[in-house]
Order: sequence, then C-alpha cells, then structure tokens
Amino acid sequence: MEYILIIISAIFVNNILLSQFMGICPFLGVSNKLSTATGMSGAVCFVITLATLVTYLFQYYVLVPLHIEFMQTIAFILIIAALVQMVEIVLKKVSPSLYQALGIFLPLITTNCAVLGVALMVVTKEFTYGGEPHMLNLGESVVFAFATSLGFGLAMILFAGLREQIALNKVPKPFQGIPIALVTASILAMAFMGFSGLV
Amino acid sequence: MGKIQLITKGFVKENPTFSLLLGMCPTLATTTSAINGMSMGLATLFVLVLSNMAISAAAPYIPDKVRIPAYIVIIAAFVTILQFVMQAYTPDIYETLGLFIPLIVVNCIVLGRAEAFANKNGVVDSACDGLGIGIGFTFALTLLGLVREILGSGSAFGFKFISGDGILVFVLAPGAFMALAYLIVLFRKITAKKGE
Amino acid sequence: MAVQSSFKNMTLCLFAVCIVSSALLAAVYAVTKEPIDAAARAKTTNAIAQVVPEFEGEPVSCTIEVGGKEYSYYVVSKDGVPVGYAINTSSVGYGGPVALMVGMTADRVVYNTTVLSQSETPGLGAKCTEPEFADQFRNFNPSEKKLSVKKDGGDIDAITASTITSRAYVSAVEAAVTVFDAIAAAGTSTTTEMEETAEN
Repeated sequence: MEYILIIISAIFVNNILLSQFMGICPFLGVSNKLSTATGMSGAVCFVITLATLVTYLFQYYVLVPLHIEFMQTIAFILIIAALVQMVEIVLKKVSPSLYQALGIFLPLITTNCAVLGVALMVVTKEFTYGGEPHMLNLGESVVFAFATSLGFGLAMILFAGLREQIALNKVPKPFQGIPIALVTASILAMAFMGFSGLV
Repeated sequence: MGKIQLITKGFVKENPTFSLLLGMCPTLATTTSAINGMSMGLATLFVLVLSNMAISAAAPYIPDKVRIPAYIVIIAAFVTILQFVMQAYTPDIYETLGLFIPLIVVNCIVLGRAEAFANKNGVVDSACDGLGIGIGFTFALTLLGLVREILGSGSAFGFKFISGDGILVFVLAPGAFMALAYLIVLFRKITAKKGE
Repeated sequence: MAVQSSFKNMTLCLFAVCIVSSALLAAVYAVTKEPIDAAARAKTTNAIAQVVPEFEGEPVSCTIEVGGKEYSYYVVSKDGVPVGYAINTSSVGYGGPVALMVGMTADRVVYNTTVLSQSETPGLGAKCTEPEFADQFRNFNPSEKKLSVKKDGGDIDAITASTITSRAYVSAVEAAVTVFDAIAAAGTSTTTEMEETAEN
C-alpha cells in the first residue's frame, strides 16, 4: 500500500518538474520534438534510479559510519558524474542501438538537478507516506526514485506533444521560443494541480 | 573590457535569467517571495564569485580532459562551505531554501561561467565576472519574487498592503511559469527598443 | 593554457583537487560546528520563550511517553512554581511533518504556539506560521472551546485552501494537550540536562 502511495504521489501530486521545479533545463531545452523528449526521459529514468540506489548505499555505508556526512554534496555529484560516464561506456558496448537513442542525452544528465535532487531528498527529507514521518528505506527510496523519473517522463512527453502543436501556429514575436513554452508549462502545471490532495 | 563593464554586463546584456535563460530551476522554485528570491540570488552570487576565482587560479594546472570533474569538485566544495555558513548564521533562510542550496552545484550558470570565462581569464577579472553575473541573477530573482509576491500575497518584501489573499495561483507552480514568461517578454520588448 | 593530458597527471590532478577541497571543507566544518550547534540551541530556547509566560532561570528538559510515543517537553518556573510547559509535538501535514512547540500554562490553557519546522506549500499551507492563523491558539482553553477546524465542527478558522495543514496544526496542539494531561497525571518524571536534548 505504501509503495502505491509513493508511486502516485511522485508521479502526479508532487511531479518533479511541474511542482518541484527540478530538471527544468532539459524540460525546456530538449522538448521541441516528441522523439528527443522520449529519449531524454528514458535516459533520465535510468540514471535517476541507478544514482539513487548507489548514493543511498554510499550515504549509509560510507558517509555515516565514517562521520563525514558533510562530504555529501561533493560525494554525490562525483558519484553521479562517474555513473553517467560508466553508463555511457557500458551502453556503447552492450547495446549500440540503445546508445544511439539515449547516448547524446547522457552527458547533459550530470547537470540535471533532478538527479542530484532526488538523491539528496531520499537521505535528508522525512516522508509521511502511511502515517508517521520517517526516513525512506532502500526499497522505498528506489521505488520513489523510479516513480519520480516516470513523473519526469510523463510531464516531458506531454509537454513535447503540446510544443509540437504550438510550433504549427503563429506566435507573437516576443513570445517565440521559451516564453510561449513557459506559458504552456504553466497551463500544464495547473492541470497537474488537479491531482493535489489525492494522496 | 573594463572591470566596470564586466560587472554591469550581467545586468542586461548577459542577464543569466532573462537573456541567457540559464539556471531555471532555482529561478522558478525559490521566488515565492521577493526575500526568498533575493536570498537565493545572493547565495548563488557567493558561490559564483569564489568558484570563478578558484577555477581561474587553478585552470593552468588542470589537464584538459579532466577539467569538468575538477571544476565540479571545486564548485561543490564552495557550495558545502556556503551550507555550513548559512546553517550557522542564517538558519531560517537555510531552511526556507532547503534543497535548492546544495543544488547550486548543478546550476548551469556556475559551471557555465567556469567554462566560458574563468578558465581563460585572470583571477580579478573572473571575480568581477562572477560578481556581475551574480548580481544579474539576484536582480532577476528578486524581481520575479517581487512580482509573484505582489500578485500572489498582496505584499512586497514581507510588508502587506492589502488585506486578505492575493491571486493565490501566483505563489504556486503555474504562477511561477506564467510570471517568468511575461517578464521575459517584457525584457525582450525593452531591450529590442533600446537596440533600434 | 591548460597542460597536456596524460593518465598520470590526470589522476594526480583530480586527486589533488579532491584532497584540497576535502581539507578546506573539514577546516570550515570545524570552524562552523560550534555556531551551527549554537543556532540550533538558540532556536529551541527562542521557541520556548515565545510560547510560555514569563519565567525565571533555565527551562528544564524532560521526556514522557504517551501512547507508545516519546515526547520531549520543557518546564519553566517562576518563584519555584512551574508556570508553563513547552511541549514539542508534530503531525503529518500536506508536504511533510509539521513540528510545533506548544506552550501550556499550569491551569491547562494553551498559552501560545510556534512552528519549529514545516514543509507546506508556500503561500498556502506555509501560512500556518503567520499570526493570522497561529494567533487563534493564543490563550486557547480546550475545556471551553472545541479544538478542531470549523469544517469539522470546531472553533478554529482553517487557512484558505489548506484544510490538511490546518488539521495537522490542530492535531499537533491536541497531542500537546494530551501530553499535558499525562504530565499532570504523572506529576514528576525523569529530568535531563537541557544541553543533551537540544541537539535533536
């Protein structure tokens, strides 16, 4: 039951893009075409889940026992950067077709704040799913990370679909590009507000 | 370019928010009020100036292929220092801005300035550049925060001037996107007129 | 400009950058640790001072178990008589836990409340920190008035569009009243030094 709450909450209610504002750069940057948006979402999904798993273990098995929690930010960003590099190398060897689809997005993901954001969130924030406030355990953290990245993908793909339609219309000159995209995002965020109170 | 120009260019010509459209996450997330926006801007300014200086000093000794990870470590160190300082002396602001303080590490503005300016210029010039861009960012965040606070809560910098609530949606997520969109449009209109 | 990359100098360089950064961090950590602890202590002390009537001396930190949950509270006295109890309670709001310091006077009246931490939506639930809402609990006598929001038939005006947060605030105050009754029933309990628990 708690897992279902985590999943619904992370995808719809607390959508990482539309209500927490993490990962806005790729959200605005690579959402021109539906196909690139899908590729980016896939890559983010993969990296967020993997990065959260590794940073969670690192936090509780290295940083906490050694009492160097203050190295958290440096350690996490290095782990994420290394992980992204590794994923890139492995993907290139194992599945060239998948690499072709996701490869160009991977270097961009290191500086996607959603990845670091989720990794930090699960080890610093108390969650209240199912009553009492508590820190997430490993299973919950990974589910939370995966669901969050699904929410990222959902918002991203919806947004790219909308932008493809808008591109066919005549937009006033000062609104062209980012401003009209922001207005669209605003309306999409209003739609997602309808989910608030669901969990 | 003179030192003064380095500092002022971040205000309009290379304004990181309105003209370069960088660092959107903290811009949207922390501008629920003018004070919050300003605090976030100043926090970024602090990291920007120090990391720019450190990177410009260290750049000649860093091999080209590992420069990005090296820069990220340097930036992350300054961000953590900022976290300690804020926890110690401004704990309330630290709590309000929350997760977005450590997330300065992945703010594209900071790494962007390291790559575009600090690694090819001297320490003093880099500090001026960081200061200029930081001031531009702070200005943009304060302005956006002010607009959202006036419309959303009917107050400015915490001083309430209407009773009751404002247009609530402006302090919520949709209002952030909307207010930023219109500010960018306004900024484009003004700079386009100047260019004529 | 930058030196030529070779495996040796790349490793050396990254290693050096990491070492220097870690050393710098450890140094700053050592310097700021004391002020950070002081700030945390000051926060608790200020919260206590806000929610109880005037008192003399230092608040005494105690803990009590009510319904299987441990609560920490602080007793303040004047002229050797306990005049107020600052009780630390929390409940689940919309965006996460809402932690309160609730002050009770010796005659079972809520003297004042203050928010210790919350992560409610700015502009909506976060308004629970503002006097417009929080002042409703000033001098609130739970024996005379009903401690719940108007929607649930009580006497508290909920924050516009934030019933969940308002309910959370109310239930945290309610918990404090329950804890107060338990304290009154128990009379005395284990007393610890203020410094030890303030770090939590």
